[in-house]
Amino acid sequence: MNAIELRNVSRWYGNVVAVNDVTMTIGPGITGLLGPNGAGKTTLLNLMAGFLAPSRGELTVAGQPSWRNPAVFSTLGLVPERDSVYAFLTGFDFVKSTAKLHRLPDPDAAARRAIGIVEMAEAQDRRIATYSKGMRQRIKVAAALVHDPEVLLLDEPFNGMDPRQRLQMMDLLEEMAQRGRTILFSSHILEEVERMSGTIQVIVGGRLAASGDFWAIRRLMTSRPHVFVVRTSADRALGAALIGRPAVTGVELTPRGLQVRTSDFGAFSRELAGLCRDGDIRLREVLPSDESLESVFSYLVTA
Amino acid sequence: MSLVSGLFNPVVLRITMRATLGRKRALVFMLVPLVLILITVALKVVAKSPVWPAEFLGVFGFSVVLPLTALIIGTSVLGAEIDDGSIIHLLATPVNRLSVVISKFIAAMLLTIMLGAIPEFLAAAIAKGFGDKLTIGLLTGALIASVAYNALFVMLSVLTTRAIAVGLLYLLVWEGLLGNLIGGVRVLSIGQYSVSVANSIAKTSALNAHLTSQTAIIMAIAVTVVTLAVAGRRLSAFALKGDAV
Repeated sequence: MNAIELRNVSRWYGNVVAVNDVTMTIGPGITGLLGPNGAGKTTLLNLMAGFLAPSRGELTVAGQPSWRNPAVFSTLGLVPERDSVYAFLTGFDFVKSTAKLHRLPDPDAAARRAIGIVEMAEAQDRRIATYSKGMRQRIKVAAALVHDPEVLLLDEPFNGMDPRQRLQMMDLLEEMAQRGRTILFSSHILEEVERMSGTIQVIVGGRLAASGDFWAIRRLMTSRPHVFVVRTSADRALGAALIGRPAVTGVELTPRGLQVRTSDFGAFSRELAGLCRDGDIRLREVLPSDESLESVFSYLVTA
Repeated sequence: MSLVSGLFNPVVLRITMRATLGRKRALVFMLVPLVLILITVALKVVAKSPVWPAEFLGVFGFSVVLPLTALIIGTSVLGAEIDDGSIIHLLATPVNRLSVVISKFIAAMLLTIMLGAIPEFLAAAIAKGFGDKLTIGLLTGALIASVAYNALFVMLSVLTTRAIAVGLLYLLVWEGLLGNLIGGVRVLSIGQYSVSVANSIAKTSALNAHLTSQTAIIMAIAVTVVTLAVAGRRLSAFALKGDAV
């Protein structure tokens, strides 16, 4: 059974359409909900968690509708983006209170287990007010995991984390996914999800722009037109050679170096090295210059 | 028993008590009852009129101290969490929404009794002695006020983000102004329920009560039940806005 199912789900506020006719099924494993800020990711997650009624369409989590159905949280865990927690509680009290709200038979043991998973045991007796952003994020995850839910929704879980914390969180999610759980997280930063396996759903302007295997989407992203800035010992000579290649669609001399537009990322990267060697040109730097997520997303929408 | 445990959640109550008393604002709560008692002590020394305890504690106690204490506490027990978004940690569990409302209401009621009703009782005891029927009457009325006002204000905090403003309007315009001008308004005035119950024991015209104790008690219960039910329904449909708007 698919853990999360959306059929033609739309949500609008007055004249503003936040989510537009989205159909998707999300099964066990990790799924990334990707899209620029304001694309409707949070709206989608709120719809899934039952904190928003769909204006149209059907939505179920673990086979049951989530709107006006708190019972769904016995199989669902939610890590909201907002950082507001009960800062006056200690980490342990917070997670244990959540365990009690779930009416777990042994809230102490459940809290210790969840805190252990996110590796917060050392700081569990400190008040949350004293936690760093990454620690708060992890204690929120612990609270969402305390009842060992089938489905875990995380809204921008990597926000504000340092690279080490990020890796740790990814490992944690991967590990849960391997145990057959359904993990759905949202992100507006492409690099965050680069290391993750699984599926990706790309949301742009409230619509599902692309969806599927992570690598398929990744390939789609790498075969789009790229712009590079190349710095060499002889920019003008290399530019002349590059413009003769079919993979290159434009060359411009700029103070930063040679700006090259290519329609074929693979061919360009293979030929660049050869051209430099043949012309005895020293290659100093090759920088992608349009890796902003917006351009990637807008490309995916038109692709 | 299962009905009671289903409608009341000790975890929610405990977190709420800690949240409310842990804030610096808690010190402000103490200020008003302190002023009430200090003025009572001062009046006991200087006041000549024999009805000053009923007049002062009836007017200042029942139309300022109790409603304002209930307003500040009742709108914040649930409202503060809705405002800052931490309510989501409570609602992202299968906990019954009505039990959240009722537990929050109980927290607000207990705090209002502590910071409003008991100081009112102490002030009356200072003025007239612990066993006096005015003291007993004022305590009973103050308990009614602690219950019904908080039910109303908890509901307002679920219905609107401007609960304090709406609550103030209710107190000043509905109870204060219209309640004095139009007789019918008194039947829908929590202030009248509490002074009327107080008056049924204390029996003094200085309390300015206009309802029978029976009407007052029935109406107070009805207001409490209806407002809490509305709040519970509304919290079941609690919605978060997304990022697109």
